[in-house]
Amino acid sequence: MPLNIYEQQKRNLANTRLFIAGFVALLAVLGMGADGLLYAGGFSPGLPLATLGALAVGGLSAWWSLREGDKAVLESAAAVPLDPSDPRQRVLDHVVEEMAIAAGMPKPAIYVVPDPDPNAFATGVGPERSSIAVTRGLLETLDRDELQGVVAHEMSHVRNYDVRLMTVVAALAGAILLLADWSRRGVWWGGRRRDSEGKGGLGILFFALWFLAVLLAPIIAQIVSLAVSRQREYLADASGAELTRHPLALASALQKIAAAVEPTRSIKQGIAHLCIEDPRGGTDDERQSWFAGLMSTHPPMANRIALLKEMAYRA
Amino acid sequence: MAAVGGCLVLLVALAVLAATWAIWRYNNLISLRNQVANGWKQIDVQLKRRHDLIPNLVSAVRGEMQFEQDTLEKVIQARNTAVAARGVADAADKENSLTQTLSRLFALAENYPNLKSNEQVKALMEELSSTENRIGFARQFYNDIATRFNIAQQMFPDNLIAQAFKFQPVELFEIKDGAERAVPQVDLSIRSDRTKS
Repeated sequence: MPLNIYEQQKRNLANTRLFIAGFVALLAVLGMGADGLLYAGGFSPGLPLATLGALAVGGLSAWWSLREGDKAVLESAAAVPLDPSDPRQRVLDHVVEEMAIAAGMPKPAIYVVPDPDPNAFATGVGPERSSIAVTRGLLETLDRDELQGVVAHEMSHVRNYDVRLMTVVAALAGAILLLADWSRRGVWWGGRRRDSEGKGGLGILFFALWFLAVLLAPIIAQIVSLAVSRQREYLADASGAELTRHPLALASALQKIAAAVEPTRSIKQGIAHLCIEDPRGGTDDERQSWFAGLMSTHPPMANRIALLKEMAYRA
Repeated sequence: MAAVGGCLVLLVALAVLAATWAIWRYNNLISLRNQVANGWKQIDVQLKRRHDLIPNLVSAVRGEMQFEQDTLEKVIQARNTAVAARGVADAADKENSLTQTLSRLFALAENYPNLKSNEQVKALMEELSSTENRIGFARQFYNDIATRFNIAQQMFPDNLIAQAFKFQPVELFEIKDGAERAVPQVDLSIRSDRTKS
């Protein structure tokens, strides 16, 4: 039984808290292990310094990303502000305005990425501050209705607060990666020092488990953030169709975007989760395997198109 | 004595809880009602935009579409009556006939290759068709938010609050004009027009 859009949005919010709680717990585990290591090394400052430090690193990087992340993303894609003297870009401007009215939210800032491959992405923190960027290739490939479908999809990423969630998830995943790296080095040094002291069996077990967590944390963080990204794509397709009431236009836009197998070279892999289609390019067949599915930012195009067509028949 | 005091405390606590809940639900209804009002205003904003654009478009195409003076006159007339409309029902009616005359003009313009290649006319056409879309989407948004407002008033237990404070369900925007429902038939009316002229 497919969920309707309001149920999906509600579940989305619940999932969001769950993911963030999980990431914070991972950060805390990394920090606590390091505190244990310090304590065993004879250094006891009375406060769990490493735990607090780990949480602070996570919090700071999330805070910074929310403040400056959208500018960095737009800059990395070499996006330029919309030029209203170009007729195609004026149509884009109109389409964005129309979708903002349909969504009942402020109009996002609009950017164009000078790249021949059709693609689009959204960034920002939510309806109160957001940007939508499309490639020049997208403007040249799609007709007005299809463009509207794509803009509605990106607008939904903003309206559902996907842009905020993905920004925070990416920042926390980055912090986990960094801290896990530090922890590995810490174990290396601490381990050499502890050799002379000789700790009990329980202590060794604890450190073995913690070390395993350190090794696995970055992989877990990566897989989780990819799963979040894939989930969000289906939701944005569905709520985009809710805005235009024309799911087939988005389906045909996706078909055209999928047919252009060239990668979107201007868009770095780091912001793939914000795009309408994985900028690495390639075809669905190349992503069919279980592992490729687990490691991709987007669900298979064929599934997305099939779901949109289903919506059209039901409507 | 202690038991009576305990009961009293419990009652007061329940009353405070109930009042808090009532305030919360009441404010929710008020917020929805204001969103509905705002949604309605947004439709007006877009209709105004359409009224402002039409004279520009008509004067831009007039030279080229000399054989369609009749249609152009009708558009201008429909526009002027729509601007002068008073009241919601009246305005909806006039706007609907304006939409009809406009779509006829759009369809006729397809027959004039010079118009289609004229940059200024193309820009105006895009402005106007975007405005048509905006009117449609503003109505869609209004209907969505109005439906949420109506549902909130009807669902238990919020309906108790709605009844106590006399909230009224709002009307949804509907296309009342049978002719507009049958938009695809515009094609036929063009043909009969052309045989006349």
